[in-house]
Amino acid sequence: MTDAAELRRRTQELLAAHPPATTARLDLLRARFDAGLAWVHYPEGLGGLGAPRSLQAVVDAGLEAAGAPDNDPRRIGIGLGMAAPTILQYGTEEQRRRFLRPLWTGEEVWCQLFSEPGAGSDLAALGTRAVRVDGDGWVVDGQKVWTSSAHAARWAILIARTDPDVPKHRGITYFVCDMTDPGVEVRPLRQITGEAEFNEVFLTGVRIPDSHRLGEVGDGWRVAQTTLNNERVAIGGMRLPREGGMIGPVARTWRERPELRTHDLHQRLLGLWVEAEVARLAGERLRQQLVAGQPGPEGAGMKLGFARLNQQISGLEVELLGAEGLLYDDWTMRRPELVDFTGREAGYRYLRSKGNSIEGGTSEVLLNIVAERVLGLPAEPRTDKDVAWKDLAR
Amino acid sequence: MSTTSPTNSTSGTGAGPASPVSAQPDLLYSEEEEALRAAVRDLLTDHCDAARVISRTESDAPHDLSLWKALADGMGLAGLLVPEGRGGQGATHREAAVVLEELGRAVAPVPYLTSAVVATEALLACADGGEVLASLASARRIGALAVPLHTAPGAFFPAARAADGVLHGELTGIADADAADVLLVPADDGGLYAVEADAVGVTVTGQTSLDLTRPLARVVLDGAPGHRVGDAGPAVRRALRAGAGLLASEQLGLAEWSLAETVRYLKDRRQFNRPVGGFQALKHRLAQLWLEVVNLRAAARNAADALAADPAAAGDDADAAVAVAVAQAYAGQVAVRAAEEALQLHGGIGMTWEHPVHLYLKRAKADSIAYGTAGAHREALAGLVDLQAP
Repeated sequence: MTDAAELRRRTQELLAAHPPATTARLDLLRARFDAGLAWVHYPEGLGGLGAPRSLQAVVDAGLEAAGAPDNDPRRIGIGLGMAAPTILQYGTEEQRRRFLRPLWTGEEVWCQLFSEPGAGSDLAALGTRAVRVDGDGWVVDGQKVWTSSAHAARWAILIARTDPDVPKHRGITYFVCDMTDPGVEVRPLRQITGEAEFNEVFLTGVRIPDSHRLGEVGDGWRVAQTTLNNERVAIGGMRLPREGGMIGPVARTWRERPELRTHDLHQRLLGLWVEAEVARLAGERLRQQLVAGQPGPEGAGMKLGFARLNQQISGLEVELLGAEGLLYDDWTMRRPELVDFTGREAGYRYLRSKGNSIEGGTSEVLLNIVAERVLGLPAEPRTDKDVAWKDLAR
Repeated sequence: MSTTSPTNSTSGTGAGPASPVSAQPDLLYSEEEEALRAAVRDLLTDHCDAARVISRTESDAPHDLSLWKALADGMGLAGLLVPEGRGGQGATHREAAVVLEELGRAVAPVPYLTSAVVATEALLACADGGEVLASLASARRIGALAVPLHTAPGAFFPAARAADGVLHGELTGIADADAADVLLVPADDGGLYAVEADAVGVTVTGQTSLDLTRPLARVVLDGAPGHRVGDAGPAVRRALRAGAGLLASEQLGLAEWSLAETVRYLKDRRQFNRPVGGFQALKHRLAQLWLEVVNLRAAARNAADALAADPAAAGDDADAAVAVAVAQAYAGQVAVRAAEEALQLHGGIGMTWEHPVHLYLKRAKADSIAYGTAGAHREALAGLVDLQAP
């Protein structure tokens, strides 16, 4: 087992061989990957050393102290958080070697082609078709939506229907899609904030070689669960200082602008401050559980609480600002490279946070998940379970 | 009879939001704490079933003193907060909080919070009174702080009149005073006095209380002899802060029982030819409640850990003050809502005297007032974290 001391030693070795001051960023990232210090819990040869995940902090701290650049994880979150764990678990040896290194270094950006206009909460109803041709490839036709980074992405993880004659969960296959294929058209999807973080992606006769399939034909739903479970882990693992979230800007405004204060707002602010602090503590407790190797079901609910709080707090902030709350910073259509819920001004925060209870699973679906998987309450009656996908009403 | 204020109130001294994040609290349960929980739960399962608690509330002896003896003496839990050198177990608020979670879950009619936490903390703040402290820690005697249960840490509280070496006055709303052997009485000379409950000049009369399992009493002192053990201001403040902080763990226990029992019932109860728990409207309510219980657990553990971190200075430590105020600004609504949801979702059976849910509702509602309402704690936070009123 690789321990903390060994990781410190290897980190220093990497830094000695590739001093951050004189090494190009990408060269250092590649060398770090090859030294197994990218994600230490991954296997040797794939950027890791098979070490406990909790020891990654040892490496990160050592590199940060030496001024080494990181791989800008916020820019490549979908690759790191969703594509990589799925490729690791279901990919062939060849796929893992081809994709993981440039994914981690950020040389190749990834996006996710899951949601469709007709398949949101009911993702398994998706209608994008993949048809086998020539024995060794697939042709994909359909439309995906809410795809962040699609305009910057080299690759996509894609789920498509390969068998319409079986019930919906069974006829899906998971692919890696080349975003430079001429049949891929990316269109910005402008949202209520005025900007376009997301895209619509139209797939017309897109060719995918069978060697870019992840998992078995028809097993895509199960493979996708890995992707989605890792999304929830990524959301639950953040660590915040007090006032580190959406409450921070409101509290600062309150302190700096006494002329805005009213008794009514004071009561509501204190109530939300308490809820934000309690939610932060619950997140910290979840993080401690994960570090201690005692994962509980608590993670399932974190996003629900943060979505509601973000919305209520930013709503209060707009109201607190009064006359200024009637203004908006900028409606110009832009394509931000990073998603930052607390970026920009109060009006933006208010509008953007409306998406928090929709993206990554609606709050309504997450409540069903908590009720059924955590509390063990009976599932919703299903009318679509034993019906072939092609016979479902849509 | 007169009213005095505590010597001063705790003010923000560096716990403001701009200060760096202090040492991370440990929000988990240790193996030892889980073992303690299991032992307490076993005892309560055997000796504190709901039917027994309900019938006891209708008797002349609302406190279960044989259960108290088993917990406090048999398991040595009365002295958890007292150092070994002073006759206790030398444990911390973290362990006491685990005990309170279980007592809350069983809505047990024992004076643990009032004697082993609040009265004990008051004595720990006093220079004198070591013998009384040791007698509470060993469970030979039960103590009660003669401050009304609704008093928030740092708030005004009534005091008895001290004159010619004896005490006079009437103090009401004193939780568990019925069961107490010794009363800790603040007096208008600034002292905290230990008064034997059976002394001449002391009358303790039960008040008909909303919470059947933590009854209040009226204490009348008519020339009662008392022994001054220390200064009332700091002792009461420390006692109420510890009481408020650990009350959150009791409230967690109440909420957990309410949720678990309701989930169990709704899986079983059938209407319209299906389990009632399968209806989405109800599932979502229970899932929301579960989220709040998860949050409350974090807030309660944080308060217990903060109190444990610096027990001697617990009353004045700003980190602990924030942690306690946050927990109490949150816990009341969760425990009350959990009990209210339990009642509603049980339907008609939840409205009966026979079903125990009313015990939890009454305790939860009383707890939402005990040691300061959520509003009082939010107000305290306004000062502690610099979110000042207009």
